[in-house]
Amino acid sequence: MTENLTVLLDESGIKRALTRISHEILERNKGVEDVVLIGIRSGGAFLAEELAQSIAVIEGAAVPVGAIDITLYRDDIKSHTPHLPVGKTEIGFSLQGKKVVLVDDVLFTGRTIRAAMDALMDHGRPECIQLAVLIDRGHRELPIRADFVGRNVPTSLKENVQVVFSAQNQPLEVVLEK
Amino acid sequence: MAEFKHRNIIALRDLTREDMELLLATAENMREINSRDIKKVPTLRGKTIINLFYEASTRTRTSFEIAAKRLSADTVNISPSTSSATKGETLADTALNLLAMKPDIIVMRHAVSGAHYHLAKKVSCSVVNAGDGAHEHPSQGLLDLLTIRDRFGRLDGLKVAIVGDIAHSRVARSDIQGLTKMGSHVFLAGPPTMMPPVVEKLGNVTVCATMREAIQDADVVIMLRIQQERQGKTLMPNAREYSRYFGLNPENLKLAKPGAMVMHPGPINRGVEMSSYVADGSQSHVLKQVENGVAVRMAMLYHVCGGELE
Repeated sequence: MTENLTVLLDESGIKRALTRISHEILERNKGVEDVVLIGIRSGGAFLAEELAQSIAVIEGAAVPVGAIDITLYRDDIKSHTPHLPVGKTEIGFSLQGKKVVLVDDVLFTGRTIRAAMDALMDHGRPECIQLAVLIDRGHRELPIRADFVGRNVPTSLKENVQVVFSAQNQPLEVVLEK
Repeated sequence: MAEFKHRNIIALRDLTREDMELLLATAENMREINSRDIKKVPTLRGKTIINLFYEASTRTRTSFEIAAKRLSADTVNISPSTSSATKGETLADTALNLLAMKPDIIVMRHAVSGAHYHLAKKVSCSVVNAGDGAHEHPSQGLLDLLTIRDRFGRLDGLKVAIVGDIAHSRVARSDIQGLTKMGSHVFLAGPPTMMPPVVEKLGNVTVCATMREAIQDADVVIMLRIQQERQGKTLMPNAREYSRYFGLNPENLKLAKPGAMVMHPGPINRGVEMSSYVADGSQSHVLKQVENGVAVRMAMLYHVCGGELE
């Protein structure tokens, strides 16, 4: 580990945070009826799978999980700068009338969440959209607030927060890079 | 991370394997948009795309227009009969006049091979080739690659037979460029009058004496259209004879591997290049090609917008 990296959460810390978020999702929605999880690619999609497993253990019921890619909805696409590769959106169920829990790894400016909400609305009209994030690092540029937060980490704009995943897409640790 | 650095897409000859991989990956993921209730994303909002078609086209022009609209771009269609070309305006003058209206992309089809290189030198916006003479048809080449990859999950090591009017086919040229760069083995067959004089220049291909030789054990058979409006009458005695030697029917299709793919860029001259039984049969992927065309063109329009100024 280099000197400019600080581990904010280790594997067990992440697991505890996700378990707590799972309980909060169940409490807020009074169970899993009509609840679906949609993870934002790529980190959020991996965490949505983890949350679904955690909810299944707690509640004994499966929650549908989907993944959304927001590349085509970004507000910073410019001409003559290479456009990002487009990822796959996989939502194998209707969002009509569903309580969607949008999942991301790090909440920062809020622009990714705005893009994800635009993308979700093109797939149907959910009853509501809730937001679950593992880390909220602040610096919002849009009026967006998470409903479920694993850990609040006040950061400077010069710092970077990253959730590290294994080759099997398991969350390993959260690091702060100075 | 892969980056697409081209501002224009004029020929697959100009693209690397990595460029094509990126376009195919993007197209693959864009297909999801085409199956939604709301088939639209805001990606190219505010961009203007001019479809400048100097040759007749249903499939390609409609496909490009749908692709642009699904990405929220504004499109303008110009066809030969409504163009000032009928009044004698040169391509360069048309291009400069169009450029004064600040388009972001010009998608052009032109009867003259290489017209797009000329256009690209004249304009500062992106140029996408929708077919130029007997040179290339890159969007058709890419959608063929995508359709084949869908079926086999790969392109390398496949035997692909291309049969028909190789000399005048821009589809054949793009397919050869795309397939050979991606590792497929391409076998060509066609009447000697329809073979290019220096066929080796097309790429690393095997030229077969007969159609049977080309399609023997093939994974994919791509049949080309006889361009009746251009060469049909001068390069072959009659359609019946062509069909006898170079037409695909259930009998000779058995020479290919079981379940081999049959493809055709359309429009099909039924009973000439292939029988209706084959065209509508279970091995035909013709409509899948058309379906993939929209996604491939969305990927092309998306990535040229991010290409660097050359």
